Amino acid sequence: MPETLMPALLELEKVYLDSRKDREFRKELAHLAKTYIGRPTPLYFAKRLTEQLGGAKLYFKREDLAHTGAHKINNALGQALLAERMGKKRVIAETGAGQHGVATATGAAFTGLECEIYMGSVDMKRQGLNVFRMKLLGARVREVSIGSQTLKDAINEALRDWTTNVRTTHYVMGTVFGPHPFPLIVRDFQSVIGAETRKQVVEAEGRLPSCLIACVGGGSNAMGLFSAFLKDKVAMIGVEAGGRGIESGEHAARFAGGSLGVFQGTKTYLLQDDAGNILGTHSVSAGLDYAAVGPEHPYLRDIGRVRYTYATDDEALSAFELLSRTEGIIPALESSHAVAEAVKLAPKMGRDEIIVVNLSGRGDKDVQQVAAIKGIGLQAE
Amino acid sequence: MNRIEAAFRRLKGLGGKAFIPYIMAGDPSLEATEEKVLLLEKCGADIVELGVPFTDPLADGPTIQRAAERALRAGVTLTRVIGLVGQLRQKSAVPLVLMTYYNPVFRYGIERFVGDASNAGVDGLIVPDLPPDEAADLIRFSKRKGLATIFLLAPTSTGERMQKVAKASTGFIYYVSMTGITGSALSVNDSLRESIAAVRAMTRKPVAVGFGISNPGEAKDIAELADGVIVGSAIVKRLHESPRSLEEFLCGLRKAI
Repeated sequence: MPETLMPALLELEKVYLDSRKDREFRKELAHLAKTYIGRPTPLYFAKRLTEQLGGAKLYFKREDLAHTGAHKINNALGQALLAERMGKKRVIAETGAGQHGVATATGAAFTGLECEIYMGSVDMKRQGLNVFRMKLLGARVREVSIGSQTLKDAINEALRDWTTNVRTTHYVMGTVFGPHPFPLIVRDFQSVIGAETRKQVVEAEGRLPSCLIACVGGGSNAMGLFSAFLKDKVAMIGVEAGGRGIESGEHAARFAGGSLGVFQGTKTYLLQDDAGNILGTHSVSAGLDYAAVGPEHPYLRDIGRVRYTYATDDEALSAFELLSRTEGIIPALESSHAVAEAVKLAPKMGRDEIIVVNLSGRGDKDVQQVAAIKGIGLQAE
Repeated sequence: MNRIEAAFRRLKGLGGKAFIPYIMAGDPSLEATEEKVLLLEKCGADIVELGVPFTDPLADGPTIQRAAERALRAGVTLTRVIGLVGQLRQKSAVPLVLMTYYNPVFRYGIERFVGDASNAGVDGLIVPDLPPDEAADLIRFSKRKGLATIFLLAPTSTGERMQKVAKASTGFIYYVSMTGITGSALSVNDSLRESIAAVRAMTRKPVAVGFGISNPGEAKDIAELADGVIVGSAIVKRLHESPRSLEEFLCGLRKAI
């Protein structure tokens, strides 16, 4: 990280560690989680899909039912409160799928902070609905038309803004990525997902699940779910974006096709060339279309705690339709990658086993894009 | 003695200030960069900063981002920039500093990079996204090879961080003139004057100032405050848009500093 930002990062670490110990702060956050976000989100048993797949029992953690339609609000609201504590007047954020942008704009509206969101041109096109939502919430959306015009470049631009306005502005990092203390803060704010799931699955089944599945872009919904089960005998699978397949080179599977590097303040697995330049990525889902992964994921992989795999665009799109038809739940394209892995895995497991899939977001934002992929026009003639 | 230290010692004896231009290596080609370094030397550059192109230059403004994109399109890599320095060393003794983001160095291998760069004739390194807190290896290997490690100080740096950066820096300390990215608008005001004075009061190492210095007038103002003046975006822009006026522009800067 540039020196200009180092003092702000050190301040943020201090304020966060103090807040984490502060009973008032925790109480406020818990109160808002309940009355504003709508927590706890349900843990839902997918009976029809379970029967159809003919194997393990499938449960879905319904983060898609959280306010604004994805898990992102858990972190964005927490960081908006931190920004208030630090006396900042303005928050900025990057967004890929637009869910973190919407969540940050919501947190800013809630706290009365000024808000600007950086988003790549490509993502603005495929997530037009979320762009308009952010504007409705009073945020300015800044188009990033340099580089790959996706999430990675939106983060660069947000970091440049932060470098320029660091005295008045807090950067609401949207995932468990970036320089310390962001991976720690975001994981902590998302750990509510795992804590609730643990309690709910024991209530429903009297035992822990055999397996957890979550999609991994930066990896915040996965870290949120996994963090409560790390010490238990529970298998965990992170699902990256396989795009058009690993051989095609058009994907965002950092574990399948990447190597160790240092990028945007983090030492982690990256898609890079031999000279250390960052490669372009591809995924049908804007939220997974990113060349790096949060640093705790490589750690969990290296110690053999979490297994990482990928689902291709086609597999994710099939899962998107399958869950819609079978359960009446339209999942986000990001979450559809996790659903796709469950579809592959469940039939191979016993009927007494339990899989919990993190349904990190809802798919309303993706409906237009999926229609376009299928060649269906949605505009009235 | 390292060529950078020698340059500052010589200038001190003459009561002069260092003129430190920056250009992006490989914009538009490595052959052109070789010529331009010789031109910079001819126009009186005391130290030359060579940018290494990177896909995600997060401390840089649009001018240098685009220059990096052009250089990447021309196939320029860290390895090839080191090769260019080797070639330049047969013709020029001007002190050369590589300005590169950290990932290309990490990918190359820190120890191997320091060895190859030093053997080719590089005199110093600036890695704008690597604070001294994370640079123990780079500092250790560079020290062994006599390569200067130049770290950045910013207006937001606290007293404690100023000490840390000053201690880790060799050759000179790079003071960032503003909270911002390269090529932003500069205003030479009391707060900048006080900040530079505070840094100089704290260390005996030379302090060079960069970011946003775009014309001879600003260069002159900064030269009165610091030991060296770094000019990047303004030169990169001219080199790209009107290369014929570059020499005159460089002479104007040299005169002002």
